[in-house]
Amino acid sequence: MSKRIVVDPITRIEGHLRVEADIENGKIKDAYSSGTMIRLLEEILKGRDPRDAWAFVGRVCGVCTSIHSLTSVRCVEDALDIVIPPNAELVRNIMFCTQYIHDHVVHFYHLHAMDWVDVVNALKADPKKTSELAQSISKWPKSSPGYFSDIQTRIKKFVESGQLGIFANGYWGHPAYKLPAEVNLIGLAHYLEALEWQKEIVKVHAIFGGKNPHPNYLVGGMACAISIDDVSGINAERLAYVGQLLKDGKEFIEQVYIPDLMAVASFYKEWASIGGGLGNYLVYGDLPTNGYRDLSHYKFPAGAILNKDVSKVYDVDLKKEEEVQEFVTHSWYEYKEGNDKGLHPWKGESKIKYTGPKPPFDHLDTSKEYSYLKTPRWKGNAMEVGPLARVLVGYARGREDFKAVVDKALKDLNVPITALFSTLGRTAARGLETILTAQWGLEFYDQLMTNIKNGDTRMAEMSKFDPATWPKTALGVGHTEAPRGALAHWINIEDQKIANYQLVVPTTWNASPRDNKGQMSAYEAALIDTPVANETQPLEILRTIHSFDPCMACSVHLYDEDGKTISRISVIGD
Amino acid sequence: MINDASVLKQPTYYEEVERKGYSRRDFMKFVSMITAFMGLEKSAIGQVAKALETKPRIPVIWLHFQECTCCSESFIRSSHPIVADILLDKISLDYTETLMAASGTQAEEALKNTMTKYKGQYILCVEGSVPLAADGVYCMIGGKTSIQILEEAAEGAAAIIAWGSCASNGCVQSAKPNPTKATPIHKLVSGKPVIKVPGCPPIGEVMAGVIVHYLAFGKIPELDRLGRPKAFYSKRVHDSCYRRPFYDAGLFVETFDDENAKKGYCLYKVGCKGPSTYNACGVMKWNNGTSYPIQSGHPCIGCSEENYWDNGRMYERASAFPGFGIEANADTLGKIALGATAVAIAGHAIATNIGKHTTIHNLEEEGKESEHELNV
Repeated sequence: MSKRIVVDPITRIEGHLRVEADIENGKIKDAYSSGTMIRLLEEILKGRDPRDAWAFVGRVCGVCTSIHSLTSVRCVEDALDIVIPPNAELVRNIMFCTQYIHDHVVHFYHLHAMDWVDVVNALKADPKKTSELAQSISKWPKSSPGYFSDIQTRIKKFVESGQLGIFANGYWGHPAYKLPAEVNLIGLAHYLEALEWQKEIVKVHAIFGGKNPHPNYLVGGMACAISIDDVSGINAERLAYVGQLLKDGKEFIEQVYIPDLMAVASFYKEWASIGGGLGNYLVYGDLPTNGYRDLSHYKFPAGAILNKDVSKVYDVDLKKEEEVQEFVTHSWYEYKEGNDKGLHPWKGESKIKYTGPKPPFDHLDTSKEYSYLKTPRWKGNAMEVGPLARVLVGYARGREDFKAVVDKALKDLNVPITALFSTLGRTAARGLETILTAQWGLEFYDQLMTNIKNGDTRMAEMSKFDPATWPKTALGVGHTEAPRGALAHWINIEDQKIANYQLVVPTTWNASPRDNKGQMSAYEAALIDTPVANETQPLEILRTIHSFDPCMACSVHLYDEDGKTISRISVIGD
Repeated sequence: MINDASVLKQPTYYEEVERKGYSRRDFMKFVSMITAFMGLEKSAIGQVAKALETKPRIPVIWLHFQECTCCSESFIRSSHPIVADILLDKISLDYTETLMAASGTQAEEALKNTMTKYKGQYILCVEGSVPLAADGVYCMIGGKTSIQILEEAAEGAAAIIAWGSCASNGCVQSAKPNPTKATPIHKLVSGKPVIKVPGCPPIGEVMAGVIVHYLAFGKIPELDRLGRPKAFYSKRVHDSCYRRPFYDAGLFVETFDDENAKKGYCLYKVGCKGPSTYNACGVMKWNNGTSYPIQSGHPCIGCSEENYWDNGRMYERASAFPGFGIEANADTLGKIALGATAVAIAGHAIATNIGKHTTIHNLEEEGKESEHELNV
């Protein structure tokens, strides 16, 4: 006989997520993921200036900030056939890398670490042994016995005060915590260090985009004019600042994040066979090195993998009606021709229809509709998107840079490549792609410097900025790889205004409810067979859910009720 | 407002800081920095220091409704190390879905504990708006609607801080047609002070400054008539803009990346909303003083102003230019400038080709009036 447990709110994520799970014999037998907040931004975008859309959709998410704005300017540029200058592409790429470095570190330490690191147990650590251990895994300078002893003293007094703040009611002492006290202390020390560090790397966004969170973007390029002889523009001081921040960021990734990730992972190898889930992976690709339109020269290659078979990578074509479709069989929506068939985003329609219980309630009726998320499918397949998908596709495409970081990690942990298909693999993949983006950020920076040195200071292509130059109707799509996975926006411009704007978002792929055939999406599938030692403490559920890094505000949206057809769309895949 | 006697046993900020190994000098450095942030005279440094040394810690509940979490992200960007430490460790942040270790039942218990134990004493921070359409089902946490949760938490709060534009004015989800009926906090609670800290998001140090003001003095900061702390929202971005001399001289960027953009001219003609936006961006800047939108070459989009999403196209502003300066009271100008000028132009046929010289003169006068008002 199984027992239904509810975890709501799931904390240490962006937004509002609820999980209901049936436990039988200490394992999850069935699971349901529900998004419980909606804002209907697409409805609000109708009739507005397409050049302003980036600011609206940027506000979809302040955690993966910048990424929706980037996707939005790309989709408008696609519709208006604007090719941005190389420098603007480089600046966008540098901001993209900055976002990964920031977002992934904050995820690891502040959203995910407490699933693995027992804060209270860190008080039992020997600072001298902790120091020796820290120095054996990294050359990071803050590693003396005194440093760890100070932190331990500080946390001890904090705990003694009785007011535990954000650490209150945590699952401390849970049998699933396996780290030695010394590793817990390193994790705790770096939780605090990373909290101070994270505010630095985002200064790259402030320099190019004016602020972070929510830096500014511009249709046609970027607004940050290069002017090496003026104090107001991007000059030598601004560029040197960016260079320093990227260098410091890379150092933190290599000397703190990755050594910690590997140290923690080495004590949780059993999680390399838990939480695998679907085994299908989807990537749109990003970081163009020869212009956004040349998909064959992306740092993150596009593609799809099915059934964990890395010997075959499928190309993805977003314009084909049978490829991407969205279902609402178990969502709080109503399709005109019934909720049992899927619709391509071109023909997407939505009418919201809440059929859940009247709040306050204890349980959702998961046999019916149970989420504000729709359910996207690729050729009918449920797909996982995100860091693991990107790393697998890069690896499967035979890219040397991916192979190098993946093979090293597998060797260091002494696990086979199949270990990647798991909760631990997902968490590790996030770290591995951060190593790459930190390196690539500096590559893009060097190219920007070279361009400027060679006299190219163009930052925006403004010849089609005036709406008077636009065709009466225009259709476009923009795609990216958000930190949480494949992301695309579609726009339909009519009479200089937005007639339709649609988003298909990473967490919608991962966190959605079941489809018309009853197939689970990534979260639900990954939770199956996860052990739960204590039904009243959902620690193991948090591990797997957090390994996806949920972003719920992104995932909930509404299509144009009229479902305008879009006839032109970028081809993804090479 | 705060019952000191009941919480006297809690350690003071200074004790906490000392315990963490910071020196008296570090502490005073922090005090003088935060005093400056609060817009106080240097003579107030002693007062702030004394307050931090003697006032007890205060529990904080931070709720998340219809939002994107940019406010929480901005808050953790707060620059001074001691500020980050104090706000994350010293205020006893007992509930925040973004950072707290506990989930589900344990998270709800933490919320309930603080609401019961510190009734009448905790600060309630709200990030996000509350959807009222469809009986509130567009935002539910733990099976309850956001309005139910807000009402329960507001009851025992000593004061409420409405973080960001979502909680202060509804922000993007309340833009027309506001399909979920997203509603800001001050319209939903009564009998409690509500401090609005608008911006999308607010500057991290402004958020820290508002909290520290409350902690230091045991009372909420002085608010303007819209409910915003005067310290951070009494000047227009335009008044403190380093590009203001170009505006006064009539030198403008005509299109992005043009020669004038490279020279750092004024961004008014490409849509800058600095003249109608009350915020501290020009003075404090963003991300520890690194830059701010205008410095990076992009116009201010006015993200701290009410209804900024419905104030016309972002990159078109020149048509409203001539009407500027017709309103003598600078405080009301910022609020009504866009609407008023549009009406003035359309309805009253104010000269659309008014001379640049006159306009600049008007603006200079207006600036002086604004300055005068601030000095009163």
